[in-house]
Amino acid sequence: MTSIAIIDYGMGNLRSVAKALEHVAPQARVIVTQNRQDILQADRVVFPGQGSIRDCMRELAHWNLVDVVRDAALGKPFLGLCLGPQALLDFSEENDGVAGLGVLPGRVVRFADPRDPVTGERLKVPHMGWNQVRQAGNHPLWRGIPQDSRFYFVHSYYPRPADETLVAGWTCYGFEFASVIARDNIFAVQFHPEKSAQAGLRLLANFANWNP
Amino acid sequence: MGLAKRIIPCLDVDRGRVVKGVKFVEIRDAGDPVEIARRYDKQGADEITFLDITASSDDRETMVHVVEQVASEVFIPLTVGGGIRTLDDVRRMLNAGADKVSINTAAIARPEFVREAAERFGNQCIVVAIDAKAVHQPGESPRWEIFTHGGRRPTGIDAVEWARRMNAYGAGEILLTSMDRDGTKRGFDLELTRAISEATTIPIIASGGVGTLDHLADGILLGKADAVLAASIFHFAEYTIEQAKRHMQARGIEVRL
Repeated sequence: MTSIAIIDYGMGNLRSVAKALEHVAPQARVIVTQNRQDILQADRVVFPGQGSIRDCMRELAHWNLVDVVRDAALGKPFLGLCLGPQALLDFSEENDGVAGLGVLPGRVVRFADPRDPVTGERLKVPHMGWNQVRQAGNHPLWRGIPQDSRFYFVHSYYPRPADETLVAGWTCYGFEFASVIARDNIFAVQFHPEKSAQAGLRLLANFANWNP
Repeated sequence: MGLAKRIIPCLDVDRGRVVKGVKFVEIRDAGDPVEIARRYDKQGADEITFLDITASSDDRETMVHVVEQVASEVFIPLTVGGGIRTLDDVRRMLNAGADKVSINTAAIARPEFVREAAERFGNQCIVVAIDAKAVHQPGESPRWEIFTHGGRRPTGIDAVEWARRMNAYGAGEILLTSMDRDGTKRGFDLELTRAISEATTIPIIASGGVGTLDHLADGILLGKADAVLAASIFHFAEYTIEQAKRHMQARGIEVRL
């Protein structure tokens, strides 16, 4: 039986993430926790995030979880959600500039006046709704998910990893951005798989069975 | 390849039961929000909105349980509106599993509430609902005002100005209902929808007046809405969400199928 710790550091509601994981992996033990020991002992870790990056980094420090998250990101199956992938990078330009965890090289930047590449029309920010993800490579977490499947997004900033080999999925919103970044045991998605119907549930199921 | 325009069915809930009669074929319990939400999810709804029309605040707690149950089984975004007046109301709905709350009268009573809620919980989960009515005379340039109490009470607030202000206060989205069109099946007020969409930088959900599938497509193509919300055409099984999406696709709109 695998155990999955969803890190709860006060940034958003994690009930939906837990429910979706329980739904696809009934055999797994899913815990929502801010306890260091729980996270260190879990087989798998989910690192969510919501709201602003400044609050996110402040709460991680407040709960004394920075080193635990870094360790998990270097050692076991690790799924970043929404603000999760942004926090893993070096730096975000949100809130006048905030340092991230620096687990992966890269920056987080704002959608600045995105335009439809064909019509030139102004696109709304936040990028909100169902958009496609073009899978880069054959990552095990994409298993059973058709190329260009749609996932639910809601965000105003996006990850720009330093190195394209870190990109596991691309999404177009005026231009292509890295909606999924991955390396070794880390898979981090800008969208919300727990709110992305069948495609999202399949991704969570793949994560529950992933042995990188 | 790009962002899909969304179709959002809206359910009115009174003391935990869906009202205004949903008439699906083969539904066991036409008042059960969980069963209806599951149906809409299967049909391909992009989100579901619940409007709590419970009159007594004592019964409001029921809505929290409804959201909890639905969110345990339906894995698409859920919005809850009706009776959201305090930061604590917002928190309870989000903790129950709602992804967004929609704020209407409380924003008019105290606009700062929107700013506070957006700062506390993030813009992404704060929807401001605007109920507007045309107030211009024939021949005058168009103008719309915000109305409350089901369209009966004028506030004197200009709808376009209000939308711009709510955008600046941190609303993540606007749910725009034309009180002139609501219930008429004559289609959205496209001029109003377009005016609000062009005045703001955030997504707009058009609502009020849908009677045909062309109305949905018009809301996107002519009203410049990012999403369309409808109730009766789906509830009475006149059309499925999938039919609506196929129709929109045939008119050149990007949808999730």
